[in-house]
Amino acid sequence: MAWLRRNGLRIYAGFAVLYMLVPIIVIAVFSFGETPRDRLNFSLGGGFTLEYWENAFAIEELNDALRTSLELAALSTVASTAIGTLMALALVRYQFVGRRASNLLIVLPMATPEIVIGASLLSMFIIYTIALGFTTLLIAHIMFSISFVVVVVRSRLIGFDRSLEEAARDLGATPFQTFRYVTLPLILPGVIAAALLAFALSIDDFVISNFNSGTTVTFPLYVFGVALRGIPVQVNVLATMLFVVTVAAILLVIWQQRRAERMAAVAPEPEPQPQVA
Amino acid sequence: MTIGRRFIPYWLLLPGAVWLILFFVVPMYFMGELALRSGTFETGFTFDWQFSNFPDSLEGNEEQIIRSFWYAGVATILALLIAYPLAYAIALQSGRWKLLLLFAVIAPFFTTYLIRTIAWKTILADSSPVVDILQALALIPDDGRVLATSGAVIAGLTYNFLPFMILPIYASIERLDLRLVEAAKDLYASSRQAFLRVTLPMTAPGIVAGVLLTFIPAYGDYVNAAILGGTNQAMIGNRIQSLYLFQRDYPEAAALSFLMMALILVVVLVYIRAAGTEAFMGEDEER
Repeated sequence: MAWLRRNGLRIYAGFAVLYMLVPIIVIAVFSFGETPRDRLNFSLGGGFTLEYWENAFAIEELNDALRTSLELAALSTVASTAIGTLMALALVRYQFVGRRASNLLIVLPMATPEIVIGASLLSMFIIYTIALGFTTLLIAHIMFSISFVVVVVRSRLIGFDRSLEEAARDLGATPFQTFRYVTLPLILPGVIAAALLAFALSIDDFVISNFNSGTTVTFPLYVFGVALRGIPVQVNVLATMLFVVTVAAILLVIWQQRRAERMAAVAPEPEPQPQVA
Repeated sequence: MTIGRRFIPYWLLLPGAVWLILFFVVPMYFMGELALRSGTFETGFTFDWQFSNFPDSLEGNEEQIIRSFWYAGVATILALLIAYPLAYAIALQSGRWKLLLLFAVIAPFFTTYLIRTIAWKTILADSSPVVDILQALALIPDDGRVLATSGAVIAGLTYNFLPFMILPIYASIERLDLRLVEAAKDLYASSRQAFLRVTLPMTAPGIVAGVLLTFIPAYGDYVNAAILGGTNQAMIGNRIQSLYLFQRDYPEAAALSFLMMALILVVVLVYIRAAGTEAFMGEDEER
C-alpha cells in the first residue's frame, strides 16, 4: 500500500503517456497492412506486409499533395523564421514605444481559433476576388507561423549573455560582424528549433488551408478528401515516415545543442568563438 | 551608427508587423465588412450595413453553438483532470525520464492532426476492443456504439488539445518553489492541505493558461465532429465551414465567425489584462 502511494502517480504518468502515443502506434501498425473494415485487431487485414512501404509512392494524387505540402512548408519556414527572428530581436533587445502593442499583435494570432483566421483571410480574398491557390496558402502559412517563431527565438534570446557582444565590439568588430559571428551562432539552436516548429505547423495545417486552398491540394487536404471512403494504407506509411524524420531532426538538434553546451562548459572562461554551432 | 539607434527596433519589426497587420488584422476588418453585406452568391454581395445578418446567423444555429460550448467545456475539464497529475509527475517525480516523457507528450504534434483523429476513428470503431470493454463494464449498452456519439467527439477534442493543457501546467509546476510546500508541512499542514493551500494556488496561472489554450481551439474545431461525430454532433465550426465552402452564404458565414471571434477576443483580452501576455509567450514580458 505504501508502495502504491509512493509510485501511484508515476504509474499513472506511464499510462497517460501511453494514451498520448496510442494513435501514433495505430498509425505505424497500420502502415504494414490494411486497416480492418469492421473490427479493430492487430492481426492486420490480409496479414503483415511490407508491400505498402515498397509502394509508398504509388498513388499519384497523394504524391502531388505531399510535394505541394513540402514546397509550401519549406517556403513558409524560411520566410517566417527570418521575419520572426528579427521581431524577437527587436522585442528582447530594445525598449521602444509600441512594444506592448507589438506583443499583442504577436499573441493574438496564437489565441485566435484557426477557423476564424481561415475565415477572415478567405473573406478578404473573396472581397478582392483573389484567386485561391498556392500563393494564398503561402500567405496564410507564413502568417500563422510567425508568432510561434517569435516565441521560440525570444525564449533563447532572454538567456543571452550580452557581454559576449560587447567583447566583440571592443575587439573592433562591426555591428554586422558581431551579429554574424557572435549573436547568430549563439541563438542558432533557438532559430533552428523555431524553423522545425514552423515546418511542422505548416505541413500539419488543415483548417486554415481548408479555407484558402481553392483547388490546390496539400497532404492534410488530400487525407480529409479520402477520409470518408477510408484512407489508403500509403497515407499511414507517409505519416510514419514524416514522424520518424521529424523526431530524428529534433533529436539531432537537441544532441547538437548539448554538445555545444558541453564544449562551452569545458572552457573555464567562455570566449566569443566564431561559429560555435 | 548615424542613422539613429532609436529606429533599429522598428526596422527589425517592420516585415513581421506588416505581414501580421496585412494578413491578420485587416482580414478581420473585411470579415466584419462581409458580414454586413446582403445578396446571394449568384447576384453578388453588396455592402449595405445589413446588421440583421448577426441575429440571423445565430438563428437556426443555437443548437450547434450550445453544443460547441458543452463539448469544448467538457473536453477542457477532462483535459485538466488528465493533465494536472501528469504534469506534476513529469515535473517533480520523473527524474532522468523527464526529457523522454516531455518528448512523448509533444510527440502527437509530429503526426498530422487529421491522421491522428482518423486513427481514433479506427480505435473507437464498432466492436473494437475498446468498445467491447466499455460494453462489458456496462458503461454503454450492449448494442451501443461510441463512434458518431457526443462521447467520441469529446474524446477526440480532449486528446487532440491535451498537450496545450499539459505544457503550461508543467511549466508552472516546474517554477514552483518547493521550499514553500516544505514550509507548509513543517507548519503541520497535511499533504492534502499543503497541496490545496500552496501548490494549487501557486500553479493557478498555468491552469488558467492551459484552460484558455485548450478551450479556444476546441470551441472552434470542426475536424473531430466531422470525423468522429455523426449528423447530430455538428459544432459551430462545422456550420461556418459549410456556409463558407459549400452554401457560399458569405455574409451569414462571416457574421457567425465574427461573433465567435468577438466572444473569444473578450475572454483573451480580459485574461491578458489580468495576467499579461505571459500565458501565450512563455517567460515574463517586461524584463
